[in-house]
Amino acid sequence: MKYKSVFDIIGPVMIGPSSSHTAGAARIGKMARELFGREPEWANISFYGSFAKTYKGHGTDVAIIGGLMDFETDDVRIIEAKQIAKEKGIRIKIREEESLTDHPNTARIRLGDKDGDIELVGISIGGGKIEIIELNGFELSLTGHHPAILVVHEDRFGAVAAVSTVLAKHKMNIGKMDVSRQDVGKMALMTIEVDQNVEDALLHELKALPEVTQVTKITD
Amino acid sequence: MFRNVAELVELAETNNKKISDIMIEQEMEVRNKTREEVFDTMERNLTVMEEAVERGLQGVKSHSGLTGGDAVLIQKYIESGKSLSGTLLLDAVSKAVATNEVNAAMGTICATPTAGSAGVVPGTLFAVQNKLNPTREEKLRFLFTSGAFGFVVANNASISGAAGGCQAEVGSAAGMAAAAITEMAGGTPSQCAEAMAITLKNMLGLVCDPVAGLVEVPCVKRNAMGAANAMVAADMALAGVTSKIPCDEVIDAMYKIGQTMPVALRETAQGGLAATPTGRELEAKIFGFSLNKKS
Repeated sequence: MKYKSVFDIIGPVMIGPSSSHTAGAARIGKMARELFGREPEWANISFYGSFAKTYKGHGTDVAIIGGLMDFETDDVRIIEAKQIAKEKGIRIKIREEESLTDHPNTARIRLGDKDGDIELVGISIGGGKIEIIELNGFELSLTGHHPAILVVHEDRFGAVAAVSTVLAKHKMNIGKMDVSRQDVGKMALMTIEVDQNVEDALLHELKALPEVTQVTKITD
Repeated sequence: MFRNVAELVELAETNNKKISDIMIEQEMEVRNKTREEVFDTMERNLTVMEEAVERGLQGVKSHSGLTGGDAVLIQKYIESGKSLSGTLLLDAVSKAVATNEVNAAMGTICATPTAGSAGVVPGTLFAVQNKLNPTREEKLRFLFTSGAFGFVVANNASISGAAGGCQAEVGSAAGMAAAAITEMAGGTPSQCAEAMAITLKNMLGLVCDPVAGLVEVPCVKRNAMGAANAMVAADMALAGVTSKIPCDEVIDAMYKIGQTMPVALRETAQGGLAATPTGRELEAKIFGFSLNKKS
């Protein structure tokens, strides 16, 4: 079941005019920022489907930009997000894409700064609910409804066991776990949804594992 | 956890509870929250709804200038005492319009279930409260009952105009409102489901064709009619009228109709009212060009 809470239906409290094209877009932007781990210096945003056709009328562009600056769906600063980003020196490029995607409300965001960049694909599935379905070429399914840990690691035996051993040591229960890889034997991405927010000590321990190259956490 | 309307109604009736009770208990369990926490969150949503209606009734205007001010016109007409369809019905209509006018003006609203359909549930609630004099808790229960039915639609069909057309947004909202009105007026859980079914049946096939891609024309007036539809359907269900097609099958039909709806009629501003000569003209005027002629 995609919708689990009554507040997915009665809510969110948000700046209009569209839950999918404004609130959902803000959440995709916010999730992108969280996955990047800091405020980006630049972002290239591509809109597909209904997003591409109607983003101006729905404020999808300002909402995503607001999200990249960590604004919530009900933050009135969303209306002025373009101006605020400009004042902060964040460079934004927006493209309307023609190609068809599986979901009509799709955005691809590449964001970064001098120290690095990430690319992700988010979809807005209705009523303000979103999913991140691709991260740096890995397929995943991230809703932001649970705290989660993302682990980029070498695709070889023992990696899953090593990570889950650390989680067990910290008494973390795994609610859901996905492993996705680009090619056999190369890099893979573990998406682990957990019940409580993740302590930094656990992240450091995961980072220290020989198979692991990168660790990111998503808070509830 | 209930998966469909039949299970929701059965859970309520076998335990001698209201639909709102089932939704509240499920929320406590799924989110691991106390009853008080769940009510507190809903209280905030209710407050936002009240503020939005209040603001809309004072008169707002959207940035495009396409919508705003109609809620005020309807309220003045009600005060004139000339209303043909009745004060309560028109009050619901004006308050649904008020909320959506605020939404179109990029104001703060609570999505129910979406922003484009955010007028129906609060519009009907703030109208029927004048007749039924509910307590604060009963008003919050109205929202939980709405949420319970919306929850089923969202999980078994869709609440996205881009995926299922306006029937998935205003259609769902109207069905949710009809069920909640029925409970507030003392109807049984079965009657709530009948009200939802009767409403949604009359919203089937409704396309999403916003002029210029804005959540304004025809969205604001569709919320008006969604509220009217919900009020009448609730009255019918309370009178004992039932739907020959069960609520879950109506929801399923809505989903399948949405899947076969052309993309031009699913929130792309390419068909329907958006593609009329006047729709195109308004679009060109607002953006200084036509979105679809630009490649």
